Amino acid sequence: MIFSGPTLKTTIFGLGLMTAACAPALAQKGLDEPFQAAFKEALAGKTVAYIPVAMNFDLTEGWFAGVKKELEPYGMKVVVRDPNWSTNAGAQALTTLISEKPAAIIVHNPDVQTYAKLMQRAENEGIYIIQINMGSVYRSSAFVGANWIEIGERDTESVVKACEGKSNKIAIVQGALSAAASAYTLKGVENVLAKHPEIKVVSSQAADWDAAKAKAITQTVLKQNPDLCGIVGFWDGMDIGTAAAVKEAGLTGKVFVATSGGGERRGACELVKSGAFDLNLSYDVPTQAEQMAGMIKWLVSSGVKPGSVKGSMYTTLIPVTKDNAASDTACWNLSDLKK
Amino acid sequence: MGIKNLGQQGIVFAVFAALFAIFAIALPGFLTTANMLTLLQNVAVLGILGLAMAIVVIGRGIDISLIAALAVPPGLVLQMVQDGHSLPTSLAAAFALTAAFGLVNGWLIAYAEVPSLFTTLASGLFLAGLGQAALFKLDVVQWSPGLDGFEKLGQGNVLGIPMPVVMFALACIVVAFLLRQTRLGAYIYAIGDNPNGARVTGIPTRPIIVLQYVMAALIGCAAGLIMASSVNSMPTRIFNSTLIYDVILVVVLGGIGLSGGRGGVVNVIIGTLLIGTMLNGMTIMDVSYSGQNLVKGVVLLIAVITDSFLNPRNEETAQQGDI
Repeated sequence: MIFSGPTLKTTIFGLGLMTAACAPALAQKGLDEPFQAAFKEALAGKTVAYIPVAMNFDLTEGWFAGVKKELEPYGMKVVVRDPNWSTNAGAQALTTLISEKPAAIIVHNPDVQTYAKLMQRAENEGIYIIQINMGSVYRSSAFVGANWIEIGERDTESVVKACEGKSNKIAIVQGALSAAASAYTLKGVENVLAKHPEIKVVSSQAADWDAAKAKAITQTVLKQNPDLCGIVGFWDGMDIGTAAAVKEAGLTGKVFVATSGGGERRGACELVKSGAFDLNLSYDVPTQAEQMAGMIKWLVSSGVKPGSVKGSMYTTLIPVTKDNAASDTACWNLSDLKK
Repeated sequence: MGIKNLGQQGIVFAVFAALFAIFAIALPGFLTTANMLTLLQNVAVLGILGLAMAIVVIGRGIDISLIAALAVPPGLVLQMVQDGHSLPTSLAAAFALTAAFGLVNGWLIAYAEVPSLFTTLASGLFLAGLGQAALFKLDVVQWSPGLDGFEKLGQGNVLGIPMPVVMFALACIVVAFLLRQTRLGAYIYAIGDNPNGARVTGIPTRPIIVLQYVMAALIGCAAGLIMASSVNSMPTRIFNSTLIYDVILVVVLGGIGLSGGRGGVVNVIIGTLLIGTMLNGMTIMDVSYSGQNLVKGVVLLIAVITDSFLNPRNEETAQQGDI
């Protein structure tokens, strides 16, 4: 026998008694969670600045509303500097913000170069930079956003699949040539097409994110190729024009339209339901906003030196199709998010 | 008519005819009825805007705010219907806003005598800003079920001819009648040719100038409604695009001098057709975006250079305000 003292049984019995005796005492006293006070202190009174390419469209309004909703209850101030599509104004806003020293800046890059140096400077000055959806060549503390290559690949794969046994002729409606999101998506498209030599691209043109231009291009393409089996569009706000051209040609359901966007109800689910789009890959804006807010909470409370850790959080895409377009969860409403 | 007498209108028409012939021979699917209708449909809104601009330019003015009138009042219609108002109420509100906008433009230019370029530059910014700040929730105002049926204006067709083309044709007839058959039209030419002379002869120049801007704004609004119903949404951000340059291009390329008093509806049609043919042909050929800009630039330069060779400017023909 190894035990020299009380037997195992009595020990357990004793422990049980002790617990029974102590439990009420603990419940009366409460236990302080050692980290929450420091967390609240780290966040309270801090400012988060937000520089989108422009306000007034579903993505940027959604991010702003979502981040505010998450951070304001902790006493953080969320301010927006709206460059209204001017890269110059955006760079100026960023420069001014660096001297104002907010805790973090959320940057929505218009291209991969313009803000790169400024963001590096901001992190050197002790400001966390969170890049949203459009990354730049400078890798900052955090990137939250869609993987454009993946979007291009998945949209194209679905179009290629829809084309099986048909003409194998597809068209591509790109965004603006200067936008990296457009170029990255195109790369994704190319990746898939390289594996499918049977697919013939009859048109690949830039419509400048403009619905009217997308419609004009698509109309002409459809007149030349009435047997087109699919179109890869780069943004739902523009492809509403693409879809209108398909509808006018009486080819809804025959030409597979794949696109992507922020998943706002009217721009995504409603249009999938109506048959305008067959697939709309959504990078669910409220989730992106939550992830940005989460990154900010983590970074600000951790006290890590800005720029010393760098990571990415690519958005998990929600494919919106006829199957889920009617559900309450596939899309979001801006008005609800703002409440 | 010798080649020396060939005006800009003739030259542009020749360029258009040449391009059209080349495309018709070289591009298999170009010269088909369906493609011709698409070609026209794609430039119909541009053409209608060109007509609005022509009315103002013939009267020796310019209306840079045209795109604001295209974007904001139709955007208001879509937004109001989305918010639960009825379609007639929304259309009435948009009409009132457009008329008021034209009146302010015209009053500033005719009575306060602010140059039209500056007036419309500022008023356009104002109207677009008002739309963004106060009227719309988002830049792109989406279609809503309350508008069902109204999309026929941009998507329907009459005897197989797409509605935008029909509207462009109608607008051409109305504006041509106005300019050529009515006293008002004659007055507009007179004012454009020589504003002071027109006033001395007893033409009520100021009210007519006001009327020009009201008409331009209303036509712009109509073009916007056609555009919105054609793409099932109103991208109000179009105000920031280069569309206004295309409109001026159509007008000037067609041969309506910016110095006023010259040209008419035919010029707008020719300018519109040239742009339409270029766009359509290059889309069929799948020319890249930068390539298209390059070709557009070259064709325009050729037209302008040929014009200045055949019709050299001199002190007799040059007018103050020539650009």
